[in-house]
This record gives sequence, C-alpha cells and structure tokens, in this order.
Amino acid sequence: MSTIKIRTKVNGKDVEAEVEPRTLLVHFLREELNLTGTHVGCDTSNCGACTVLIDGQAVKSCTVLAAQANGKEITTIEGLSRNGELHPLQKAFLEKHGLQCGYCTSGMILTSFWLLKKNKDPSEEEIRKNLSGNLCRCTGYQSIVESVKYAAQLMNEKEVEREMAVR
Amino acid sequence: MHPSSFEYFAPTKMEEALELLSKYGEDAKIMSGGQSLIPLLKLRIASFPYVIDISGVQGLNRITENKEFLEIGALTTISSIADSELIKKRYQILHEAAGQIADPLIRNRGTIGGNISHGDPSNDIPAVAIALKANLEVIGKEGKRIVEAHSFVTDSFTNVLKVGEILNKIRIPVAPDNSGGCYIKQKKSAGDFSVAAIAVQLSLHDNDSVKSAGIGLTSVAPKPTRAMKAERFLEGKKINDSVVREAAKIVVSESDPSTDFYGSSEFKRKVLGKIAEEAINLSFERATVR
Repeated sequence: MSTIKIRTKVNGKDVEAEVEPRTLLVHFLREELNLTGTHVGCDTSNCGACTVLIDGQAVKSCTVLAAQANGKEITTIEGLSRNGELHPLQKAFLEKHGLQCGYCTSGMILTSFWLLKKNKDPSEEEIRKNLSGNLCRCTGYQSIVESVKYAAQLMNEKEVEREMAVR
Repeated sequence: MHPSSFEYFAPTKMEEALELLSKYGEDAKIMSGGQSLIPLLKLRIASFPYVIDISGVQGLNRITENKEFLEIGALTTISSIADSELIKKRYQILHEAAGQIADPLIRNRGTIGGNISHGDPSNDIPAVAIALKANLEVIGKEGKRIVEAHSFVTDSFTNVLKVGEILNKIRIPVAPDNSGGCYIKQKKSAGDFSVAAIAVQLSLHDNDSVKSAGIGLTSVAPKPTRAMKAERFLEGKKINDSVVREAAKIVVSESDPSTDFYGSSEFKRKVLGKIAEEAINLSFERATVR
C-alpha cells in the first residue's frame, strides 16, 4: 500500500499526515482527525451532509480526495465557534429551529457560511438556490431559510457594532 | 464507499502532466475537479492504476476575451463561469447553462474541461460549446491542435483525445452584434441531470433574418449532438411561428433518445420539441434587443 504525504490547515491548525491516495477527505477528517461533525450522508454526492470549506469554497467532502486538500485550508463545523462562543449561524439555527434530527445541519451551516461570505444579505430565493445541494428530510426547509436570514441579520449587526467600537 | 487503490500524482506544470501521461499511457486517468470521476471510482464502475490530478496546473483557470475569442482555461470551475460578469453580459447561453449544472457545491469544484472531456451525453457544456461553435485546444507532447466542439465527444464517455493529450482551452468566437442565445434544461428535480436540454445561439442580419444558427442537444442521444439540419434550415429565414415549429420538428428528427429512468424515448422527443420551440423564440428575442 503506497501512501503520500499531505500538509493542510484544518480549522486553523497545521496538519501533516500520510494517506492512501484513495482516502476521501470526509474519512480523513472523521477517522484520522476525529472531526466527526462532518457527516457521511448519501456518500454519492447528492445530499451535502459532508459539506466542508476548502479555501473558503463549500464542497462535498465525500467527493474530494484527502490528497486534493494538500496545501489547502479546510474548515469544518468544529472550526466555526470562537472562544467557546457559537458562530451567529449556529446561534441562528438553534434559535429558529433550523434543524430537527441534525444530520444535515453541519453541511447546511457550512454552505450558508460560504453564501454569507459572498452575499451579506441574500434574498429567500438566493438562499434556497445556494442550498440546493444540501438535502434535509425533516424540516421542509422553511426554518432553515429563516435561520440563514436571521444569521445574516446577526452578522450584519455584529459588524455594525465592531465599526462603532473602532470609532 | 472507497475507490480501489491507485497511485496519485499532482503535477503543477503542464509539461510534468504530459510527461506522466505519456509514461503511464492508458493506465493513467486525468482528474481535474473529480466531480464525475470520483463517484465512478467509488462505485467501482471505473478504476485506474494511476490518477493524474491536473487541478494544480498553473494558468489554466482564466477567463479572458480578445478581439476574436472568449478563452476559458480548461480548469476554470463551473462556479467561476456562472459568476463571471463578462460571461453573464455577453454569453448568456453559457451563463445559463453553468448555473444549472448539478448544484452549487459541485459547481465549486467541477471544471469546464472536465464537463466536456468526460463525454457524458447528459453533461451540459458540450451542447453549449456546439451552439457557440467553440474550438477546443488540445495539448500533447507534440504540441497543440484544435478540435471543433461538435466533433470532440465521439460516443458516450468517449472523446477524440489520444493517449497523452489533455484538453487545454475552450475558445468561443466573440459574439457579434445582433446575436443571442439560451440554454433550456428540463429536469425532474434540483441538481438532477436533464430529461432533455437544448442550447441555441442565433445571430441575425440587419433585416432580422437568421445569419447563423448553432444548436446543441443534451441527453437525447448517445453523445452531445449538433442539430445541423435545423441550423441550416433556420439560416437565411425570418423567424415566425411556422418556421419555429418546423425547425423544432427537424431538431427532434436529429435526436436519438433512449428510454431510461428519465422517461421513454417518446416522452423525451416531446419534451425536446417543446423546449426547442421555446429556445429558438427566446434566442431570437434576445438577438433583437438592441
């Protein structure tokens, strides 16, 4: 069994590892790094439960080789909170009941994180379009869309606060 | 699911990639975004002793326009194409198609070169490249050659690339004034492949008769198909209801859909006829906006 060496940054921490080339990123994250917040759902690139960020782009980690993460920065759901404080998206999903069983949630939140980075105030249609690669079988999506909207509001308020503090 | 074992290379220069390809020949498989290949490897529908990941090859992810061509590097992601202001403004047909491929997460990794080279008759970019009469630049150790978009995919999952060659660039002739196009994709659910899809690009004379037509079809034959008879039929004509109906009939006669999960061949023909009419009308409408 041949292995290759990869170097990545996962949630801000440098990681060096030997992997088999066929290792999928999702398995590397879950089994090697113990970051089990990233879920394996359909394992066929449909459901988006395994969504993580690679260099800020939301992707399905069941359809990426760990080898392809070499030299890149990975963000998983474990990397969103700061100093024990939940990210506004996490708070919003909690408050607006953006989840029931929770299986799709980490993927939903990471795709939403990517969306809110490129669009601070998305319309309902933009939210639905951008989340079209993430499936939820519980909520009917309504509460997820509300959560993302609320998170956008929280994040924009936070930004205003920061600006005020600087002044 | 895990792919079977393979050796993996990630060259950063085209010369290295070509060297590896010629060294391992038919045992090597090129991967760019991997969004079609990795599922095939996981399902073990395909396996290769060597995977050459070209996604790190420098300089192949740019969108540029000169006087003659819009040039898109083969490694440009579908997301970058869907988000490009230049493409949105001047190549609406490509913008529309890119935004309908799979889902946003897959588009973030999938590339235009992969979408074409994979040779899946349900992939959307080949039909658009056909309608836009694109030239595909292929690179090998002996140099570069140009392949016309309509002859690139030769059968299901088969293309003209010889062992050791890579699709390098997609060159689309700059759209003249008085031209317009669209991509209409009929699908069962978000993110799905199409039941049928059609790409139409028209350019018009000053008197609004059709100067040139490009028509490409997705999912309705064993390979992406150029509706050449319909193109010829439209050229020189003024667009009206009966011309559009007749052209759509010709389009359907040039398709060869099979019965499968997405519907019977008869159903697909009906869908194609309907979207062909819509696409010709919409392209004409767009071409006449001045």
